[in-house]
Amino acid sequence: MPHAIEMRDLTIAFGDFVAVDRVGFHVEEGEIFGFLGPNGSGKTTLIKALCGLIRPRSGSATLLGLDVARHVDEVREQVGYMSQRFSLYEDLTAEENLDFYAGIYGLTRDEREERKSELVRMTHLGPYLHRRAGLLSGGWKQRLALGCALIHGPSLLFLDEPTAGIDPVARRDLWDLLFQLSSHGVTLFVTTHYMDEAERCSRVGYIFLSHLLAVGTPDELKRLPEVTPAGRRRIELRGPSPGKVLRRMLEQPWVAEATLHSESVQAVVEEARDAASVQAEVRGWGFAEAEVRDSAPSLEDVFVTLTRRRMAELEDGRNGKPAAAAAGGRP
Amino acid sequence: MIVHTPRQHRKTSFAGRAWAVLVKEVIHVRRDRGALFFTMFIPAVQLVMLGYAVDTNVRHVATVVFDQCRTQESRALIRRFETTTDFDVLREVHSEAEIEEAVVAGEARVGLVIPEDYSRRLLRGESTQFRLLVDGSESNVASQATQVGASIALRESLARLGNAEVLPVEVRPRVLFNPDLKSPRFFIPGLVAILIQAMTVSLTALAVVRELEKGTLEQLYMTPVRGLDLVVGKIIPYAGLAFFEMMFIVFLMVFLFGVPIHGSLLTLLLIAVPYITCLLALGLWISTRAKTQLAAMQMTFGTIIPSIFLSGYVFPRNTMPLVFQWLSCCVPATWMVSAARGVILRGAGWDSLWINALALSLIAAVLIVISVGRFRRTVG
Repeated sequence: MPHAIEMRDLTIAFGDFVAVDRVGFHVEEGEIFGFLGPNGSGKTTLIKALCGLIRPRSGSATLLGLDVARHVDEVREQVGYMSQRFSLYEDLTAEENLDFYAGIYGLTRDEREERKSELVRMTHLGPYLHRRAGLLSGGWKQRLALGCALIHGPSLLFLDEPTAGIDPVARRDLWDLLFQLSSHGVTLFVTTHYMDEAERCSRVGYIFLSHLLAVGTPDELKRLPEVTPAGRRRIELRGPSPGKVLRRMLEQPWVAEATLHSESVQAVVEEARDAASVQAEVRGWGFAEAEVRDSAPSLEDVFVTLTRRRMAELEDGRNGKPAAAAAGGRP
Repeated sequence: MIVHTPRQHRKTSFAGRAWAVLVKEVIHVRRDRGALFFTMFIPAVQLVMLGYAVDTNVRHVATVVFDQCRTQESRALIRRFETTTDFDVLREVHSEAEIEEAVVAGEARVGLVIPEDYSRRLLRGESTQFRLLVDGSESNVASQATQVGASIALRESLARLGNAEVLPVEVRPRVLFNPDLKSPRFFIPGLVAILIQAMTVSLTALAVVRELEKGTLEQLYMTPVRGLDLVVGKIIPYAGLAFFEMMFIVFLMVFLFGVPIHGSLLTLLLIAVPYITCLLALGLWISTRAKTQLAAMQMTFGTIIPSIFLSGYVFPRNTMPLVFQWLSCCVPATWMVSAARGVILRGAGWDSLWINALALSLIAAVLIVISVGRFRRTVG
């Protein structure tokens, strides 16, 4: 069984600007692959290259076992794509939008009607089929866009920031739909900014300034040695006035890093200090109700750490120093 | 519950994809009633306005008179000017400076100056002169006034010599195809070609740029749709629209302005097919270069001036420098203006018009090939 997506040493450049630098990873069939990275880091560019819209400078990409460079038309017929802005024809009704894409993908009349009823059952678009797409709310537009991208029954679907700018309920509903699709064997490649969405993916890739910094399951990424370096320990502190506690902690030499997370303080400390001793010390500062325990890093911690590390490397590279492992340290 | 069935690989066909695009475009056109009305309405309004307003025949040129002689003879000369429809004698002035003032002020375009010795020399049998000061800022007014002035002098001379109002030799021009020299007959047949140009080019130019602005083009590029599918699917519905518009303009020409079609209407319509295809393909090419609808409109208008001035619609092509004559061969309007004039005014048929049809078809083919090619290259 070939991988749904396979990339080797993929480099995409526009003139002197390298948008994607020697990226290689694969996505397994039926997986929900989350692709993360700040704006402008090369996410959309990579998707366009995978669909054969941009010719890479070097390297290769295979989709569903087909080499994109040689079989671009076959690839397009078998994958679906939902763009950042829900690209619908606003003066056409929801149904006319679906019919148009059905025509583009060469569905027969029977296939089209069958697919439409399947998609209507899945997305609950039924009451809105005869409404102009431009009059639908954000969440419904997005369901319609998803329906259009799925009309031809693709086994691989690209979603470029599908949840940008829609309300939390619609966001949750969309993810429920994505899980349904995944359970029917559809491979999903999703870009997102939301950490909670990243946590729901089966695997995650993180791209920063054209470089792929990490790939793996969310748990694998959290266990990366760079994220919690040797000799350090992650702790979590709960209690009243976390802001004041944070300020005090940042003054301590044994605290490598500390940040505020709503009601708690997340910190990286020397491994010699276990949770109990930290708790005793903090209580000694007058925060009698503080409770400290060991904690695992969140995905956000992972990405923040990897990003800082990468920036430090780049900084050292510019200053002529060898790339040092400045992992997890205070900036 | 079956929510999604991934399918086996399905081959799509050119006909299927182009048809899907075509159906969608037809819905766009039907939904946008306002735009539809204006694209149909504006060329018709322009035709009516131009048809009534433009008269290239010069009449009633405002004239002032500086009569230094003030005799029976000089008054007879002034009367000759007064009795033509070409000149309107407004008033008398009392110096040449005053004539100039009147011309600069735009009050008069012609000043008639009769010298003091006009009658004296005339009666002595010597050659005498009067002067005509002509405003040169409008060339056809100037040339008409000079011409009519000269013929008045000629008549006056002959009358004095022979004492008769009968001219010994007279030219009787007969203007073929337009005996009454009505200017609508001259310019409306060519105008048919010019008027549908702006509207037709903008139809396809906007049809693609709108998709670019809305982001639907980006989505389309991710589907099996190819350049040719888009070009064909977008050209056919708008060709129908442009064709309808052209028939409407021809209808107005015949029934509102009474310009008869001497040749065959079918010939005219058949030659319009490659012409309209040229214009739509030009619009598609513009749409692959423009990033916004505004830019597309500006580029559309940029195509209009060359088609008015290089096509031979305003100035005859054979008086242009050779380079421009060649250049004008690449302008679709050149071939359509001459074909429209040929069919409508001269009753020309395929034996002389095949070259127009061939040229238009070639230009259309080249433009389509270029825009199909550009559709894939715009990506990235």
